[in-house]
Amino acid sequence: MASGDQAQGEAQETYIVIGAGHAAGQAAVTLRSKGFKGRLILIGEESYAPYQRPALSKAFLSGDLALDRLYFKPPDYYAKNDIELLLDTTVTQLDRNRKTVTLDDGRVISYDKALLTTGSRIRAIPLPGVDLPGVLYLRTIDDVEGIRAYCTKGAKIVIVGGGYIGLEVAASTKKLGLDVTVLEAESRVMARAVGREVSDFFESLHAEEGVTIKTGQAVSALEGVGKLERVVCADGSVWQADIAVIGVGIVPNQELAREAGLAVDNGIVVDTSCRTQDPDIFAAGDCTNHPNGVYGRRLRLESVHNALEQAKTAAAAMCGILTEYNQVPWFWSDQYDVKLQIAGLSQGYDQIVLRGDPSARKFAAFYLKEGVLIATDAINAVPEYMVSRKLIAAHARIAPERLADMSIPMKSMAE
Amino acid sequence: MAKITYIEFDGTRHEVDVASGLNVMEGAVKNLIPGIDADCGGACACATCHVYVDPDWQEKTGTPGEMELSMLDFAEDVQKTSRLSCQIEVDDTLDGLIIRLPETQG
Repeated sequence: MASGDQAQGEAQETYIVIGAGHAAGQAAVTLRSKGFKGRLILIGEESYAPYQRPALSKAFLSGDLALDRLYFKPPDYYAKNDIELLLDTTVTQLDRNRKTVTLDDGRVISYDKALLTTGSRIRAIPLPGVDLPGVLYLRTIDDVEGIRAYCTKGAKIVIVGGGYIGLEVAASTKKLGLDVTVLEAESRVMARAVGREVSDFFESLHAEEGVTIKTGQAVSALEGVGKLERVVCADGSVWQADIAVIGVGIVPNQELAREAGLAVDNGIVVDTSCRTQDPDIFAAGDCTNHPNGVYGRRLRLESVHNALEQAKTAAAAMCGILTEYNQVPWFWSDQYDVKLQIAGLSQGYDQIVLRGDPSARKFAAFYLKEGVLIATDAINAVPEYMVSRKLIAAHARIAPERLADMSIPMKSMAE
Repeated sequence: MAKITYIEFDGTRHEVDVASGLNVMEGAVKNLIPGIDADCGGACACATCHVYVDPDWQEKTGTPGEMELSMLDFAEDVQKTSRLSCQIEVDDTLDGLIIRLPETQG
């Protein structure tokens, strides 16, 4: 803890958080709870106080969750805790020599310490017709409200990209009664994140729910007069569409850091305590490239868990308390009655082991690399997921036949 | 609307009004009651909103679903009255509900 003198010094300091997403919200909470009493400013480009993004493509799009339930903290939290929220505001420059940030309205604010929680933005694709009304992306509350305006029963939606976002949008809009088609350029859905067996499961799941999924379909143009009317693929196939939602990934918002001379390499480079090479600048969340001791390599993660944990770590570091963020990443996706929970990262696996019955919508896929469990996709299979988080952290070696044996409880796998 | 009393592990009591339609986790988060992390925001995906329901209220708060039960199986210090608070929806019948918070979230 800071000594009395330090705390007094800090009371006159200004900490600026650039970005107002999940990581920013958590960082503000942690800074105040760790005793930072100085001026605290969160600057966000959107019109909203920090909110929970994961629900956007799920319960918020399907109408099951109202806007006021998305917020990370209640609206009066910030004023009550003397946190200034500058919304609808973009930071145009970070000047490390002067220790100032410049805002889009020309204002210049001095900082003692700055935290970059700039997040990520949608990957735009330069297709002909992408600017037509009816062609949308999904990243923000406003994006979802734009999409919902088109979601009338029976409307035809074509989703470009069969990753998590694309498939969640498919499930949510199917629930709203739309006629849903997903076009994926790769030979299978979620190819970047999961193994073939899991891709096969999700393709069958969506087909059973009445969604058309076409793989190996590279979209070449979006066409229509004055508004979107059809989506055209490279093989000449044409899909009628009232709305198209493009979900082909996100990219880190690292330009501000790069222009300030900070190291960026697929994300803003930080250490395990979320420090950049500038002792007064920290970074957390989707925008960072950080070391991960579990996998022994640097990662850039797009996840809430990472945003929250890095925010706590960075805020502590700003208060002079150095901790290390080194955890097994986890993710989840909701589609229809299926909850997919993912522990770890499967990249580089050499063996996949299934446990349970995909046709019963309840199974797990374990990913092994040289005999060591590195990731698990659990479909309505909580024990498999929860135990895996521990096993992956421990670099556990478990015989594939044991993992596959449903007569052996997951809890005893760790023994 | 229901008046809910959340009691922290150290005995600190928080009596708050929670609107019907919200869940018990949201009631705590919106009122800044410490002790519930709720990393996943209420998707029953993380088991960091574990609470104990006062035994007198167990019947009214219902029984955990299958997914919740399996998540609870991995929370720390689980008791017969354990629930994931994101899975308890608030309505008028829960007026007076008493919720105790565990020492840590797993």
